[in-house]
Parts: sequence; C-alpha cells; structure tokens
Amino acid sequence: MPMYSEKVMDHFMNPRNIGEIEDPDGVGEVGNPVCGDMMKFTIKVKDNRLEEVKFLTFGCGAAIAVSSMISEMARGKTLEEARQISNKQVAEELGGLPGNKMHCSNLGADALNKAIDDYMEKQKLKTGSIS
Amino acid sequence: MSQINLDYTAAAPLPSVVLDAMLPYFSEHYGNPSSGHNLGEKPKQAVEEAREKVARLIGASDREIIFTASASEANNLAVRGLAAAAGKKGNHIISSGVEHFSILNQLKTLEKDGFAVTLLPVDKYGRVNPDELAEAINEQTILITIQTANPEIGTIQPIKELAAVSANKGVPFHTDAAAAAGWLPLNVDELGVSMLTISGDQFYGPKGSGALFVGKGTRLRPLIEGGTQEKGLRAGTENVPAIVGLGEAAGLAYNNMNEYAPRVAALRDKLKESLFGSIPHLYLNGHPENRIPRNLNVSVAYVEGEALLMRLNAAGILVASGSSCTSQVLKSSHVLKAIGVPAELAQGSLQFALGKENSTDDIPYVTEKLAQVAELLRSMSPLYHKFLKEENNNAHVQ
Repeated sequence: MPMYSEKVMDHFMNPRNIGEIEDPDGVGEVGNPVCGDMMKFTIKVKDNRLEEVKFLTFGCGAAIAVSSMISEMARGKTLEEARQISNKQVAEELGGLPGNKMHCSNLGADALNKAIDDYMEKQKLKTGSIS
Repeated sequence: MSQINLDYTAAAPLPSVVLDAMLPYFSEHYGNPSSGHNLGEKPKQAVEEAREKVARLIGASDREIIFTASASEANNLAVRGLAAAAGKKGNHIISSGVEHFSILNQLKTLEKDGFAVTLLPVDKYGRVNPDELAEAINEQTILITIQTANPEIGTIQPIKELAAVSANKGVPFHTDAAAAAGWLPLNVDELGVSMLTISGDQFYGPKGSGALFVGKGTRLRPLIEGGTQEKGLRAGTENVPAIVGLGEAAGLAYNNMNEYAPRVAALRDKLKESLFGSIPHLYLNGHPENRIPRNLNVSVAYVEGEALLMRLNAAGILVASGSSCTSQVLKSSHVLKAIGVPAELAQGSLQFALGKENSTDDIPYVTEKLAQVAELLRSMSPLYHKFLKEENNNAHVQ
C-alpha cells in the first residue's frame, strides 16, 4: 500500500460531495478503467458561481481523495476562480501524493474543467437559440 | 485492533520449531561448512540434512538439490543457467504468458541477447494446452518452463502432460513450483520434470531461502561463480541458518500437508461460498476446482482494487490486489489479462491467500466487511451508476 498523508486518508475514508447532481448545469468525465481511474463531475452554477460540485470516482485511494478535495476547493468559487485550481494545487492541499500517483490519479482539475467547459458550451447554445 | 491476514503469500510467520532449528547456526555452530576442521562439521551436517528433507518433499535425491536465496534466483539459475550451457544446441525457449516475473523478465533479456522466445497462450482458467506446446517445439528448442501453479489465481497446470510432451521431443522441462510446493504433493519423477523451483517462505520457511531441483543429465552454468559450493552451481558460503530453516519447513510440510492442505482448502471454499452468497456482481478468477488449496481470487465489479484493499485494511483485513494502482509499475495483472479478464474487472481483483492460522470464525467478519466496502465504493463509482441506469432503462423497455 502506498504511503498516503493523513489528509489523503481522511478524504479517502470520508469523501465529501459524493454523487451525481440530477439536473446538472455541466458534466465532466475523465479517465477510463484501463488506466485504473475514472472521474465524473457534475456541477450546478448560480450567478457565475459553483453552487454545487459532486463527483463519482472509480479509482484508487488517491483518485478518490483528489476528487473529494477539489470538490471542496471549488464549491462557492466563481467559474474563473475554479478554473485556476490546478492538479498540483490539489495534491499540495492533500499534503502531497506518492510520486507514481501524481499523473495517473491526479485528474480532478481536468474533470472539473471539463464540467465547466460543458456548462459554457450549453450557455452558448442557449444564448444562440434566443438571438 | 485484531487483524485477519488473508495475504500469506506475501509473508507468513515462522513457526517456532523452524526458528529454534535455525538459531544455533548463527552463533553456537557458526562454522563454515567448507572448513576442514571441527567447526565446519556440524554446519556441514546440518546443510546436508536440510538437503535430504527438501529432496524428500519433492521426491528427489539429495544430490539433485541446489540451495539458492530465493525462488527468483532458482528460476534464474534454471533458465539462464541452461541457456548459457546450451551452446550450439539451439536458442529457442518456450514458456507461458502467466509466469512469474522472475521467468518473464529474464526471457525478455534473453530475447535481446538473441534467443527466440515463445509465450504460449492460456485458456480462460490460465492453463496451457499440451497440444499447443507440442506444436511450438522446434529443432532449436532448448528449454520449456511452465509454472506448476499460478500464485495469483491459483490455477494448477497439467504439468505431467506438458512434461511428457517435452520428454517426447527430448527437451528439458523446468517448472516453477514456488506456489505449489508445501501445498500440493509433488514428485519430480512422477511429474517427469528436469528442473523444479521451490521457495521456503511459501511454506513457512524463512525469507531468502529457495532451492532448485536439477535432475541428472541437465547441464547448467552457474550464475554466481567462485568456490565449489552447491556442486559449483552456486558459489558463496552457504547461508546455513536459512538452509536449516528451509529444511525444517520442508520436513514439516512433508509430514503435515495431509492435515493442513485439505483444512485450508475447505476454509477457502467456505469463504468463496460466503462471499458469493452475500455480494452481488462478484466474479471468480482462475479455475473453479483445479487450484492450490489456499488461493481465492475474485473481481469485485465496478470498483478498484487499491480502494478495496485500503478500506479492508482499515477494517483489519489484509489482502492483495492485481489492480494497476497496487503495482509499482502501475500495470494491472498480466495474469488476469492473459486469461481474458476485462480491464475494469482486473482493476477490481482481490487475491486471498489463506494460511494455517485462519479459522472459520474469520469468514463472517470478512464477508460482512467486504460486502459493506463494495457497496460503499460502488455508491461513488461512475461505472456502477451507469450500470444502474442501464438496468433501469431496460426494465422500462420490458
């Protein structure tokens, strides 16, 4: 078993914001079961802020902790602020990740960004249909 | 918190009788078996007694046993030692895709050095087909090496049939019996093998103890050159305490296997029944019956192995997994891939290796905890949510 920090163990054993928002404003999925990690983020946006962030993750201890941590970091932030969160920052907030987990399991920021992209795309379509 | 170890292939406690047998050879009888004087006498005698016990465990003659520091070393001596001695006889080696890395990795190196390697496929249980072996043998074939049983999924190979095919063509046959020795009755003559590897720590001997049976007429070159210890096939002063421990463990295995092997197998069957009775979407890896007594390997669908392992560890249950996250190289099990287990299920594999120490009392707790952990991890798995949605849609269609 890899050496995980106390924070990683806490977020792994007590993950925050698990689930899937029923009628989400944006959805972001990254990874696949072949590499071992897969994350699905759903978001609710209100007044340009992330009102709700939920995740589903198939993956190792690090992948679950990363998902939980970034969901907490992102909630309440503006979309611009949320986009600034990097995978590296998430790892730092978790007190570090084992070297071999930095790349494969540290995909939280990518998944969140995809969800925000999805939201923006949908907004464009909406405004497009009005005009 | 009390712990339930279900990972006895990784390590097992040394029985006190084995430790007691070893202890005098550190300080009291510290002599070198090669010495011509009195101090060498007792250690030399102890090494030869251990050799007899190891030979008896596998039905060999004591002259045919070479002590090594691990099964990995024994596998290297068998394959590279034979390849080095083969000369102009040929350059083709046949093995299987489910071997231990101490076979597979040296075959990769030998390929770079100009050898031709054929890795035979296996069926969905992990078995090599003797007919496919016969077809793979050519005039250049110098060695066939196929494991007796797989340490990860437990499947037992038809070694007798495979060795008969190779004997028919006059090719030496090596078998890595590290997962089998001490758990299955083995007899080198009945099996018809030229070389066989065993590992002390797989049957309650000390770590760092192994041996290679080398049958009469099989020529090898040493990997470690120097003095004439181990008939010149393994130079270096003998690790007398480890050899004595290996011998003691081999003696215990020989005398008691009839008692503990069926007992552990029955316990394993009970665990299997209990898990499959309580946890949905569970898949068995390996052969349903033809497997080593202590091994059980299952895939828990929709979740990943390291997460399972960590949650079980927190509940005091110790197991191993074939997921990529639990391996240092981040690759999922080559064995599960070879038997055709889909990537997602390979990631969710759990490997149980029971020991003599386990009891039926462990089973309800392990079942309850694994059921809880599987349910919890599934509740946060996108794959499981997808499955539930699809099932729901199908129900609506019907």
